[in-house]
Amino acid sequence: MQKVRVKPLMPPGHVRTPAYLRGKIGIIERSLGTFPNPEALAYGVAASDLPLHRVRFTMSDVWEGNAENPNDTLDAEIYEHWLEPVDAT
Amino acid sequence: MNNAKNSPNDHSPTFKLGRRWHDMGGDTAGPITMEQLADTNHDFSLWEKRVDALMIIGSAKGFFTVDGLRRVLEDLGEDAFETMTYYERWIMAVNQNLIEGGAYTTADLAAKMSQVAARGDTYGDAAAPV
Amino acid sequence: MPHDHHEPEDIHNNLSPSGHPYRTDDDTPLSYWQVMEISVRELLAEKGITTAREITAQIDKMDARSPINGAQVVARAWCDPQFYAALMNDASTATRDMGFDIGALKLIAVENTDDVHNMIVCTLCSCYPRNLLGLPPDWYKSRAYRSRTVREPRSVLAEFGVTFPSSTQIRVHDSTADMRYIVIPKRPIGTENMLQNDLVGLVTRDSMIGTGLAITPSTIIEERQTP
Repeated sequence: MQKVRVKPLMPPGHVRTPAYLRGKIGIIERSLGTFPNPEALAYGVAASDLPLHRVRFTMSDVWEGNAENPNDTLDAEIYEHWLEPVDAT
Repeated sequence: MNNAKNSPNDHSPTFKLGRRWHDMGGDTAGPITMEQLADTNHDFSLWEKRVDALMIIGSAKGFFTVDGLRRVLEDLGEDAFETMTYYERWIMAVNQNLIEGGAYTTADLAAKMSQVAARGDTYGDAAAPV
Repeated sequence: MPHDHHEPEDIHNNLSPSGHPYRTDDDTPLSYWQVMEISVRELLAEKGITTAREITAQIDKMDARSPINGAQVVARAWCDPQFYAALMNDASTATRDMGFDIGALKLIAVENTDDVHNMIVCTLCSCYPRNLLGLPPDWYKSRAYRSRTVREPRSVLAEFGVTFPSSTQIRVHDSTADMRYIVIPKRPIGTENMLQNDLVGLVTRDSMIGTGLAITPSTIIEERQTP
């Protein structure tokens, strides 16, 4: 399964990538096809279709030592332009 | 090792200034209150149901998208989230998107609101067909 | 003030088509936001963008949506292996094929098992499968639920009276984008002989959000307690 990192960006304006997941590494659980870019839709300008993925993180991926239960998981939908591949080591 | 930089554990000014109020996942917050669990607002009043319908209809007719509404709700800021009710915030977002989408002008709205407010002191009086 | 009693929306001053009384908001002081709602609605009608009838029809459509719809989906998934497979493969199509008017809803079903418990949240706003289950409960939109569920789901579940051993994996789903989620709760033990229609009543709204479990019928609890 593809390992990905959520880009650690912090732009102003309307985005659908939660801040608590930025910089975090997960795996693509499934890909959902393409959807119009919400970052353009929000401002009423032409929106291109972007691939959307469900990314699964473990709670330890997200909260590190502060995880309530490290093996619990968190899934979120992240648009592809917010993801960068992480090479398997 | 996961860098604290550029993560929710990053307390640098870039992160703290960049993170927006509505993006609240992972924040500490109090318990779910008994009042919220009782779900007392679930049966919405007529005016709130109308706001909901206007939101669906305006979106279905292409005047705005749900992301356009979310953008206004987010830009309203945290204070509005704490002090306005859910559908108060929604009518504000719907209205702003409709003006931006060209459905009517601010001047149209100003005239209409002043006319509606003059009809009476209750929703029943003001909403009645003239 | 003249009232046109043939206006379809007049019926809303008393009861909804499903018989629910509306909250009485007609005799409280008029608020700024109510003035805005009336004004927006009337302007849209005057500009030919919508009609009173269309607004009423939309309200009726939304009123007709409730957790019972989801409960019927879950009960069928428990009883009908083919439907279960179709639901897990494409929940929107499966629920639409069952006859539910879910509009453009894009739904994913996630299933609870002995080892996995799923829970749904929207941290960025309050996305909810409203076209199937109706409008979300208050707590779903609260700061407490939205903030804490992704960090301490077990503590949040405990506030709903639901606890799991650490061997059960909690899977939290943050509805961040275009999909909406329904949890298929575990079918309660001892309900093997119950019919699909009777199982519907065991499926609560919270069990489909993941903050609750399906109800174990009291008769089954009594039988188990009797030696």
